[in-house]
Amino acid sequence: MLCATSRLLAAGTATAPPAQPRGRGPGARCRRRELHFPGHPELPPGDFLLGRLARPSVPAGRRVALRRGRMPPAVGGGPAGSEPRPRRGRAGVEGARAVGPDVGAEPAARSPKRPARGSRCTEAAGRWTLLTLVTLLSFATRFHRLDEPRHICWDETHFGKMGSYYINRTFFFDVHPPLGKMLIGLAGYLSGYDGTFLFQKPGDKYEHHNYMGMRGFCAFLGSLLVPFAYLTVLELSKSFPAALLTAALLTFDTGCLTLSQYILLDPILMFFIMAAMLSMVKYNSCANRPFSAPWWFWLSLTGINLAGALGVKFVGLFIILQVGWNTISDLWHLFGDLSLSVVTVGKHLTARILCLIALPLTLYTATYAIHFMVLNKSGPGDGFFSSAFQARLSGNNLHNASIPEHLAYGSVITVKNLRMAIGYLHSHRHLYPEGIGARQQQVTTYLHKDYNNLWIIKKHNTNADPLDPSIPVEFVRHGDIVRLEHKETSRNLHSHYHEAPLTRKHYQVTGYGINGTGDSNDFWRIEVINRKFGNRIKVLRSRIRLIHLVTGCVLGSSGKVLPKWGWEQLEVTCTPYLKETLNSIWNVEDHINPKLPNISLDVLQPTFPEILLESHMVMIRGNNGLKPKDNEFTSKPWHWPINYQGLRFSGINDTDFRVYLLGNPVIWWLNLLSIALYLLLGSIIAVAVQRGTHLPAEVEGLSQVLLQGGGQLLLGWMLHYFPFFLMGRILYFHHYFPAMLFSSMLTGILWDTLLRLCAWSLASSFLARGVYMVGILSLLLGTAYSFYLFHPLAYGMVGPLAQDPGSPMAGLRWLESWDF
Amino acid sequence: MKRIFFLDGSGPPFGHMLLALGGYLGGFDGNFLWNRIGAEYSSNVPVWSLRLLPALTGAFSIPMAYQILLELGFSHCAAMGAALLMLIENALITQSRLMLLESVLIFFNLLAVLSYLKFSNSQKHRPFSLSWWFWLMLTGVACSCAVGVKYMGIFTYLLVLAVASVHAWHLIGDQTLSNVCVLCHLLARAAALLVIPTLMYLLFFYVHLILVYRSGPHDQIMSSAFQASLEGGLARITQGQPLEVAYGSQVTLKNVFGKPVPCWLHSHQSTYPMIYENGRGSSHQQQVTCYPFKDVNNWWIVKDPGRHQLVVNNPPRPVRHGDVVQLVHGMTTRFLNTHDVAAPLSPHSQEVSCYVDYNISMPSQNLWRLDIVNRESDTEVWKTILSEVRLVHVNTSAVLKLSGAHLPDWGFQQLEVVGEKLSRGYHESMVWNVEEHRYGKSQEQKERELELHSPAQMDVSRNLSFMARFLELQWRMLTAKSDDSEHKYSSSPLDWVTLDTSIAYWLHPRTSAQIHLLGNIVIWASASLAMVVYVLLFFWYLLRRRRSICDIPEDSWLRWVLAGALCAGGWAVNYLPFFMMEKTLFLYHYLPALTFQILLLPVVLQHVSDHLCRSQLLRSLFSALVVAWYSCACHVFNTLRPLTYGDKSLSPSELKALRWKDSWDILIRKH
Repeated sequence: MLCATSRLLAAGTATAPPAQPRGRGPGARCRRRELHFPGHPELPPGDFLLGRLARPSVPAGRRVALRRGRMPPAVGGGPAGSEPRPRRGRAGVEGARAVGPDVGAEPAARSPKRPARGSRCTEAAGRWTLLTLVTLLSFATRFHRLDEPRHICWDETHFGKMGSYYINRTFFFDVHPPLGKMLIGLAGYLSGYDGTFLFQKPGDKYEHHNYMGMRGFCAFLGSLLVPFAYLTVLELSKSFPAALLTAALLTFDTGCLTLSQYILLDPILMFFIMAAMLSMVKYNSCANRPFSAPWWFWLSLTGINLAGALGVKFVGLFIILQVGWNTISDLWHLFGDLSLSVVTVGKHLTARILCLIALPLTLYTATYAIHFMVLNKSGPGDGFFSSAFQARLSGNNLHNASIPEHLAYGSVITVKNLRMAIGYLHSHRHLYPEGIGARQQQVTTYLHKDYNNLWIIKKHNTNADPLDPSIPVEFVRHGDIVRLEHKETSRNLHSHYHEAPLTRKHYQVTGYGINGTGDSNDFWRIEVINRKFGNRIKVLRSRIRLIHLVTGCVLGSSGKVLPKWGWEQLEVTCTPYLKETLNSIWNVEDHINPKLPNISLDVLQPTFPEILLESHMVMIRGNNGLKPKDNEFTSKPWHWPINYQGLRFSGINDTDFRVYLLGNPVIWWLNLLSIALYLLLGSIIAVAVQRGTHLPAEVEGLSQVLLQGGGQLLLGWMLHYFPFFLMGRILYFHHYFPAMLFSSMLTGILWDTLLRLCAWSLASSFLARGVYMVGILSLLLGTAYSFYLFHPLAYGMVGPLAQDPGSPMAGLRWLESWDF
Repeated sequence: MKRIFFLDGSGPPFGHMLLALGGYLGGFDGNFLWNRIGAEYSSNVPVWSLRLLPALTGAFSIPMAYQILLELGFSHCAAMGAALLMLIENALITQSRLMLLESVLIFFNLLAVLSYLKFSNSQKHRPFSLSWWFWLMLTGVACSCAVGVKYMGIFTYLLVLAVASVHAWHLIGDQTLSNVCVLCHLLARAAALLVIPTLMYLLFFYVHLILVYRSGPHDQIMSSAFQASLEGGLARITQGQPLEVAYGSQVTLKNVFGKPVPCWLHSHQSTYPMIYENGRGSSHQQQVTCYPFKDVNNWWIVKDPGRHQLVVNNPPRPVRHGDVVQLVHGMTTRFLNTHDVAAPLSPHSQEVSCYVDYNISMPSQNLWRLDIVNRESDTEVWKTILSEVRLVHVNTSAVLKLSGAHLPDWGFQQLEVVGEKLSRGYHESMVWNVEEHRYGKSQEQKERELELHSPAQMDVSRNLSFMARFLELQWRMLTAKSDDSEHKYSSSPLDWVTLDTSIAYWLHPRTSAQIHLLGNIVIWASASLAMVVYVLLFFWYLLRRRRSICDIPEDSWLRWVLAGALCAGGWAVNYLPFFMMEKTLFLYHYLPALTFQILLLPVVLQHVSDHLCRSQLLRSLFSALVVAWYSCACHVFNTLRPLTYGDKSLSPSELKALRWKDSWDILIRKH
């Protein structure tokens, strides 16, 4: 990496004719400071870097004039007063620009020469060169040793597997929305992966399977983060060094690098988040030309990226909030602008609703439509979904099945809880352990299909076999008193006044009796919700409750996971509280009765909105279900910004090829410092402005960039970080990375502004520029060097663990909690 | 009361202290068990004085509501309306007549708002005057009292803080004031609204811990050090133990994490079963578990690997951080050992056993390095109770850890202890502290057993600093969570607004006189309606003002906004957070929010009559409507009165008639 940086420098010196800037007399330089520095706080460094890359043959002030000149006349032309809609509180871009025109016009007017056409080209070329360079460097770092290690790393086992499911069209269930895995599957498909690899557990060798397509795709999206961040910061601050600093921070961060190199959802998620941010910033800067083509383009692109972000993980919600906030404040300013008619404001509103709400929603729904269309084979995720849903999946026993419609005595049935992801009423030949209620057979709920889910419904008073052909068919009706006999073990569903194993205030439910002979505690009244007494009970469609006759309690599942003795199935209880919750409502799913005519289940096919709603419910429940257990190490949100502990991606022992996800500590701690500094500086400026202090023009421009541009980034950081404190689910270190992107951008802007302020406060122009240059350069070089130090974490290392003092990594173990 | 230590998840001690004060003044000796709802108070309980305080605060809330509306700049008429509405709200009456804390909380909430309003009104005329200071200080004090009564009070505190900071921000922007003046203003506010509440809050705990110095039922949750600082309980045992653990010391080791239950490192004669149920094998050595009860088998002896003796030298040689020790089980004299055998329930970790030499080429690996986690220097001595230590196995660098799983029958349902191979950072389940400790004296095993059975007694006392105790207590309070998430009368926040739920507080043992927490449904419905009207009108005005159309004069707009910020905001901050809480919720949690909502009601009514009723006729019509509506509310109050006061026994048919909603659980006695 050092070599790459030095190449940059070499390129700089090579292109810059050394004599040029120094050729001008001291007087000229002095005038330059006088003329343009005050008005264009962003320029001298831009000048410096551009000057090295693109020839600085034109005095910088003129170049500004040029840039203004390219603006549409409405903005760029006249003094500030002539700007049609001076809007307070727009993005930082405009803030900076608002100061720009009036001062910027001055040197241009005074400047003796008009800018040559050629210099404009060189400037554009310089800009493009810089962007290309940043992009190339990013791609180089991300794709370097992408194929290593040649085995499954960490969550690749999930997402790779899910990619394969798409290729095999097998239905599965995951807590994240489908877009990310769909893209992985697509990448795999296009690159010739056939979906046959099993992705069983981390550490499995890929061998001949083609995994590079999927990794390459993720790395590609991960590499694009850097140019996106670069462009966003450039747009917000109009300062090349700030953008370059941001790009360097992200390129040289080992954490981002590691996360981009594997088959994970995070690079895809971060790609969409950054893209949404970039297009939002771009469209903000188009705000002075509403309804023009670029305006529409960036607006709808924002919408598309929002859909993408949400479609990969629900974390995408945070960027939606950010864009939403930006849009609302934008509309608020438009609304307060009395020069606009209400109709125009209405048009603005409609455009935003169209592009930022309707478009993303359509796309998001479309991903689900594709998801359900592609996955039409029964697979491991069936049990999570309702019976009606499963009827869609080929291979499922409900697909194209036909079963008797009305429940009759003697039918063999499975009973499913109506709450999502609870499962079927289940029992097995294991007893409740001693000390937990009565030592009778366990009754649980179980998510998977199994013979132990089968129950026979019988009359409470006779034990005669109702399937005996001599007895006429008798249907079960609402309000009947029945007995449920477990088919495999011939025990009756039973409850009594013992406390339930986990929910102490409920009663225990057991299997009791021998060959169907039990006692009066086996009697249950069957009730259909919202039906009259005497109605028959329909398979799948009737929502039933089972009320225990003796104690008057309702059969339900608490949704809590039983300990080891209960095989980690879910607890079934009888609740004495008669409130109607989904926990205590069941439906009959499978139904076998040879004496009844079968009907086809196709009538039950759910509509697409129902499927959509259901899958969301299941996902939300799944997410909430990912709770950390007691006595387990979990990553806490406060660990993250201080880089307290990383994640082991691959390898444990010293002979393994180890990859360790850990942010580059230099960068992360710099980010942390920057946030503190930003808050300090921001509040000082805000108080000063509120007190009505008159800031010098250049400080005013800088503070605008800091408050507006930096404010947006700070908001992004907060939105992507603080909600995690409220989440009950299990958290991992990599959840912080979207927030880290924002904080790196903030760092870029902050240090650039800070150094400019320093430079401004120093009287001598020479010293000022020196301080500025040295500051930016040392930051760039510092991050590059720290990357050189820490790159083995990302690219993999073999050898003794860092705890071992003899290991080459021992010196890098700056915190005790890092275990690479 | 009896100065017994207790822990309450719902709030800090101030409220309980106030109740106790009432009881104390009334001569209550604390000898009543409070264990069952409906139990008759015996003659020695001064019920009246115990219930006096909530009733008083409930009564004072009504004039305060009046004052608040006046200070908000509304007419006497509106203020009177607010007070009258509070007066006939059944739920507030019920709540303040019993020994409950809600009415105290509501009182302090209103006091905080009122004194802040008084303060900000005197800001315009006479800043830094005596009354200015008084109201400012009172705001801070009332806020801290509100937080001190129940944690819910923090929402009102935050609201007041937010309003204060907005006002302060305007103050900063006021360029007629000098910099020094602004600074003084800011400092005064910070002192009164930030420093005073913090100090008061600390003071409550200080008093609490001074008063409550005996051990009680909630001891178990706290750390050994905390327990040792309470009189009785653990302190009776630990009092006078030697401080420094030395070679030869006899100790019990308690796990610091203490979940699922607090327990001590334990071993007993039984061995691990040769083959587990799932077919895996074990070392068949002596079991090591964590046992939640005091037992003679919890004693371990710290031994120097280099020597053979199990007694303490004279002078004792203390064990320091980093030393390698062996732990000998007192009753069986076997060594604590771990090896590369999968633990019974956590196969990823190592089994921990007491080494039994079966002569099967499985050597004993019984050296442990001592790692004092909360050490100040690297040569720190291992101290009883105070030191939190990790025991790191020398051969495998596994750490002794409580896995939290219950062993099956062969392990007597005790908790599993394992050696955690991946020392991933710090977790409390790996940390142990010495609880009971004495220097061993007996050379012979028999004597030693006798010694282990006899309770330890020596004399040195030890005290934890107040801050340390405060922090621990605070932490446990915030993290203590109750498991039963369901109660017969629990309800969800959504039910509250529409009053879809009720709580039966008491039923007369023989007659059907009963007390229910039930609101005046007319007031609840109209308060919610007022809320909606307020929000709609607010946004309507806001949008119109943005387009520079001012429907109402500037000063009445400002009044409208301030009233909304305090009343509607007060409702929102006291209500909305409940949607995110996972604990059991009851209807009475809504009462503070309801109070603010009731305050908003006359605000909206007056606004409508002043600004929206344009003609005189409309205005009088509107007044007539308001009067009619109010008498309707009075009627409802009167009808529900038997359930509020519980003074009259009603017949089943009357009770049925009162059951206006199916979800109200009115108890009807079956004969």
